[in-house]
Amino acid sequence: MIAYIIKRLLLMVPLIFGITLITFTVIHLAPGGPVEVETEMSLKASAQARENLKKLYGLDKPLHVQYFDWLKRFVKLDFGTSFVDGKKVVDKIKERIPITLTINVLSLLLIMSIAIPIGVLSATRQYSLFDKLTTIFVFLGFSTPTFWLALIMMIIFGVTLGVLPISGIQSIDVSGMSFFERVLDWAKHLVLPVGLSAFGGIAGFSRYSRSSMLEVIRQDYIRTARAKGLKESDVIIHHAVRNALLPIVTILGLAVPGLIGGAVIFETIFAIPGMGQLFYASTMSRDYPTIMGILVIGAILTLIGNLIADVSYALVDPRIRVRK
Amino acid sequence: MLHLIWKRFKKNSLAVAGLVIILVLASIALLAPIIAPYTPTAINVYNVLSPPSASHLFGTDELGRDVLSRMIWGSRASLKVGFIAVGIAISIGTMLGALAGYYGGKIDALLMRFVDIMLAFPTFFLILAVIAVVEPSISTIMIVIGLTGWMDVSRLVRAEFLTLKERDFVLAARAIGAGDFRIMVRHIIPNALSPVFVAATFGIAGAILTESGLSFLGLGVQPPEPSWGNILTAGKDNITVAWWLSLFPGLAILVTVLSYNLVGEGLRDALDPRLWQSER
Repeated sequence: MIAYIIKRLLLMVPLIFGITLITFTVIHLAPGGPVEVETEMSLKASAQARENLKKLYGLDKPLHVQYFDWLKRFVKLDFGTSFVDGKKVVDKIKERIPITLTINVLSLLLIMSIAIPIGVLSATRQYSLFDKLTTIFVFLGFSTPTFWLALIMMIIFGVTLGVLPISGIQSIDVSGMSFFERVLDWAKHLVLPVGLSAFGGIAGFSRYSRSSMLEVIRQDYIRTARAKGLKESDVIIHHAVRNALLPIVTILGLAVPGLIGGAVIFETIFAIPGMGQLFYASTMSRDYPTIMGILVIGAILTLIGNLIADVSYALVDPRIRVRK
Repeated sequence: MLHLIWKRFKKNSLAVAGLVIILVLASIALLAPIIAPYTPTAINVYNVLSPPSASHLFGTDELGRDVLSRMIWGSRASLKVGFIAVGIAISIGTMLGALAGYYGGKIDALLMRFVDIMLAFPTFFLILAVIAVVEPSISTIMIVIGLTGWMDVSRLVRAEFLTLKERDFVLAARAIGAGDFRIMVRHIIPNALSPVFVAATFGIAGAILTESGLSFLGLGVQPPEPSWGNILTAGKDNITVAWWLSLFPGLAILVTVLSYNLVGEGLRDALDPRLWQSER
């Protein structure tokens, strides 16, 4: 098992290298490079000042030298300082990551706890009314612009009914609250963002679990289980679902980039101070060091998501471990 | 062959409904100058944020512009982005997938690692990073959505090539002296197209969603040029007073994307030879 994990980790190294290369290339597509952005606002910036800035960021060196310099600092987790406020990019990202990860993990849990039962039920009752309704739900889920749904939910729950807050992660008067009230306040703020970022995933995963389940209940061992007289519920829960869940675990890992990417829209709409909102703000202000940092971290988080999925797959399915 | 596919496609009434809606929307986009009741950029300061009425079916926005007319013109943006972005994605995906599948070996390994790397990026992050570097505009996002959306297609095409290149008709073509390029383009690609068509239809749906999201964030189609996404930005800014600014453009996106998804699903079934046999 440990050998398997080590092998998977080693396979990530060239991928991370490629990720840094693409990130670097994208940012250096800029006509004139980052210095133009910093000086275009002030007419006073003389040619000399530009040269000094270029020297400061090492932009006067050839591109490949710049890349390896950046890579060397990147290995030490030094992404440089933000153009906007001069803070270290690592610190900015560090203070934003927990909230984004919390929302993502909560969404993933919500996706699993809703989508898997839906998928299993509609597979065991294929072509029933329930199955047809979930199929409609799946299509709507795939087709709904979630940021629009967020607006509609804000209008309904925030404006018309006034039961849920529509911005931030805590109320202004949070300091005067007891611990219990604080948790409740926090939960209220997270209901809409978590529910909405899970929405698209629920549609997708109920579809995956349905087809995975349909595949499994046609297998011989299910017929055997029925033939030896097991209760139908035992057959479904112990024999079918356990096997049907295996492929879903891997696909769950593939949901990570979507969730992280979606954070940009949700955190911007709900004014949540997470990584997505930071990324949006950095895009608007062309804060290149921060953009590069988040881009790389976002991609590495995806790789970690895939790794966790693969490892848990190997843990529950011995066939994966034995092969190679 | 084509009429067989149509015969199967026709049986799926939802897919046909989707196709009809797509055609209607395309005509609306084409005929926008004729059917839009008002000029989409005509500002009227005396009629700001008025709710839906007989003269303004979908109400007016914060500058007094007619929302229905803006939506009619905005459908052009969605259509353009959908088709051009997917066109770019399909071209790149088919080319790289063909090279990887046909030549195999090192070329295949290299290209597929490239696909893995691209897939590791949260697509929305990558798109935003590029937009930070170049000016946001409708042509920018068409290209960027295309450049970041080809990976699935390349995997599909590669898989098709892996099986097709071993087939007898490829061997026959090689025997009569056809070169690699000719075999790929004239013999294998035409046979590998059905999954690409299906992916393209779903891809258009995805591209329209992405465009609306980017325009909503102010990073896509730039005002005053209307798009469904940037009307929704006004909807968010006036969320407490003008629900119509949020409701109608979103519904338009939903219906459009749903139609492409339904057609995609119908096409997939119609093009799947495994499902053909059960008919006879």
